[in-house]
Amino acid sequence: MPVPSLAIRLRVNGVEREASVVPRLLLSDFLRHDLGLTGTHVGCEHGVCGACTVLLDGAAVRSCLLFAIQADGADVRTVESLTRADGSLSAIPAAFRDEHGLQCGFCTPGIMMSLAGLDASGTADHEAIVDTLGGHLCRCTGYRNIVRAAEAALVPAGSHDDG
Amino acid sequence: MKPPDFEYARPASVAEAVAQLAAANGDGKVLAGGQSLVPLLNFRLAAPSVLVDLNGIPELAFLEAADGVLRIGAMTRMRALELDPLVRHANPLLAAAARWVGHVQIRNRGTVGGSIAHADPAAEVPAICVLLDAELVVSGPRGERRIPADDFFAGFLTTALGEDEVLTEIRIPAQASGERWGFREFAHRRGDFALAGAAVTLAGPPDGPIERARIAVFGTADRPVRAAAIEQGLVGRPMTEATFADAAAAIAEQLAADDPRPDAAYRRTLTETMVTRALADAASPHGATSQSDGHLEVA
Repeated sequence: MPVPSLAIRLRVNGVEREASVVPRLLLSDFLRHDLGLTGTHVGCEHGVCGACTVLLDGAAVRSCLLFAIQADGADVRTVESLTRADGSLSAIPAAFRDEHGLQCGFCTPGIMMSLAGLDASGTADHEAIVDTLGGHLCRCTGYRNIVRAAEAALVPAGSHDDG
Repeated sequence: MKPPDFEYARPASVAEAVAQLAAANGDGKVLAGGQSLVPLLNFRLAAPSVLVDLNGIPELAFLEAADGVLRIGAMTRMRALELDPLVRHANPLLAAAARWVGHVQIRNRGTVGGSIAHADPAAEVPAICVLLDAELVVSGPRGERRIPADDFFAGFLTTALGEDEVLTEIRIPAQASGERWGFREFAHRRGDFALAGAAVTLAGPPDGPIERARIAVFGTADRPVRAAAIEQGLVGRPMTEATFADAAAAIAEQLAADDPRPDAAYRRTLTETMVTRALADAASPHGATSQSDGHLEVA
């Protein structure tokens, strides 16, 4: 007998959403397939690569290790929230463009959401940025431009450390 | 891959969780932070028919320090363990060790109780529980019981927790003020599971004899291991490099004897080095205090 669907209500990128989900539906798949928010990428699906990282009530988490049903009542933010209403880029994606902080772009949405979480914590410095990026696999860049972009977006001008 | 079908229960209390686990007749599984369980589900290495999600039980997420004991609700996130001033004050070693649990994105969701119940031999928090003589509180159909950490970890991903029981609380005696400590682990990359690690405490004046020593190693055996006999042997000896090297060699020798893995010799060497360095950190006038942060060794 199939497991019945259950109703959830959550806020995604500021929009109230209601849906009916089976318990085994991953939050990553819910965002992509049910809501059409395909900016959240799915890489390894076991919490290692970081591509699917989103903000859950402000904290950066792996959306492939959460069930959509667990986000009932939560506030979720995805990479789509980093684009302003007028279509322009907010500080983090703008810095990635300016510093060439990506090549293929597969890992980028997750990285930017982790950085958005770090930014909101108000504790961003070089060490915290490197620590945060440790939770993301990028197979193209070697990370140097990613660190540069992160520091440009998160660390006040004049205190950059390019280490 | 995608997880198999399961029924989902979201209890509002521990009593409700215990009842729902009992109703699952041995085919239920507790879902805490999900940072180990959900990968197992996604790989279909686990396929419970019921998941009992503890995330809706507010009584399980708390941190309290009273009467010399730090009490940690099982659903406390690793990130809170790392950052909460209460933990840093009562058990600075625990706060330092929490920093090396996975990545920040994992610590934001992963829980203290989940790590302990999962019992990965390379996990940091179980090792600290064994080192600091923690007591684990579990609830089940037959009521509550308290299990010393030393008796809790029974082997690879195996604990004394019954399949109808829920880990609710971790009680850790606060570190004595002025007690010295060290924490070292070796991993190939930041956030990886430790290949070997050591956590230690030392009591006694820096230039005098050791009054008390505690040593736990992890990542080496099938569970975190205390070195009781070697700890005893350190009492009365000076805090010198030679003392630490002797103790580390003895621990590595003892552990290597029953490690069947092909890289046993490598791990043995790593363990020896981690113990030596953790002891040296503890003894060092600069690195032995509550301000110290532990060290991640990266290849």
